[in-house]
Amino acid sequence: MGKKKKVPGLNASSTADISFILLIFFLVTTSMDTDQGLGRTLPKPPEDDEINNELKVKERNILNIRINKNNDIMFRDDFTVTPKADAHNVLRLDPGEALLIKQETMRFIANKENNPNLPELKSKDVPLIGRCMVTENHVISVQTDRGTSYGVYFMVQDIIVSAYNELRDELAKEKFNYKFEFLSKEQQAAIKEVYPQKISEAEPRQYGKAL
Amino acid sequence: MPELNTSSLPDLIFSVLFFFMMVTSMREVTLMVKFEKPTGTQLEKLARKSCTSFIYIGRPTDQYIGQYGSGTRVQLNDAYAEPAQVYDFIMEDRGELAEIDKPFYTVSIKADKEAPMGIITDVKQMLRKSYALKIMYSAQKPND
Repeated sequence: MGKKKKVPGLNASSTADISFILLIFFLVTTSMDTDQGLGRTLPKPPEDDEINNELKVKERNILNIRINKNNDIMFRDDFTVTPKADAHNVLRLDPGEALLIKQETMRFIANKENNPNLPELKSKDVPLIGRCMVTENHVISVQTDRGTSYGVYFMVQDIIVSAYNELRDELAKEKFNYKFEFLSKEQQAAIKEVYPQKISEAEPRQYGKAL
Repeated sequence: MPELNTSSLPDLIFSVLFFFMMVTSMREVTLMVKFEKPTGTQLEKLARKSCTSFIYIGRPTDQYIGQYGSGTRVQLNDAYAEPAQVYDFIMEDRGELAEIDKPFYTVSIKADKEAPMGIITDVKQMLRKSYALKIMYSAQKPND
């Protein structure tokens, strides 16, 4: 049995500093910012044999919003609004005009008064809510010119989504007493069935024709 | 006064370090285009950043403006590209994903608000052709 040798302890007091440096390095080189935006699903590319039997949508079920290269927004054939540049040179709509588009879009989606010029209502059994009238065949189509500013296109998309969200919130409060975002997954699915989001990503051949 | 025992401090910092390594991702690419995202109020968050490809659309930054002019351009990875090249870019990027992640594959379009819709439509048509159908128009909340 030899004499027990005492192993000198490793001086670890600098490990903290080393890991701090690593930590700071990672904080600087990585980004935490979560990307946000409006999600969309594009339609499948047209198959050769599908080109001719295009989906026929009844006139009353389509809401056409057209934006030309001067960024004038035409809502159906009803009215035209033009966004103006603000102090930061950003094209914006007058709040009153934006609200008008939103309310008209909401009127179109819901068609509460069963107007024959607005989308047809169909009776549908929705889980948790029961039988109700749904405009499930409606389509909102935003057509643009090649010269339309992306910012204006996005602004219109945002207004449309806000119209959907307000309708969904309204129904959620009426049926479940909470706003849409606080509902359970099943309840949200039920509400989405009553107000399905149908925004068409227009085909390019449409805008050449339309404008 | 008894000295504070700091022997567990390195472990602590290491756990924080690992946390950050997991929740954050490396900065994507060096931007060669300037873009100011449009503002919107109805935004949703990008669910899975790891299954996302980014397409940048805007005017070249000051550094490249002499060489490439000031027309709106598309940036894929670290180079300017034509809209037609989007197809190969998507195929390559999606090919790297695991099979179970492929249904969640999303393309985030980060475009300048002054970009003309023509170029964005061209990119969208290429995305359709390559069956990358889930897209997101990247935007920001208004500051005020």
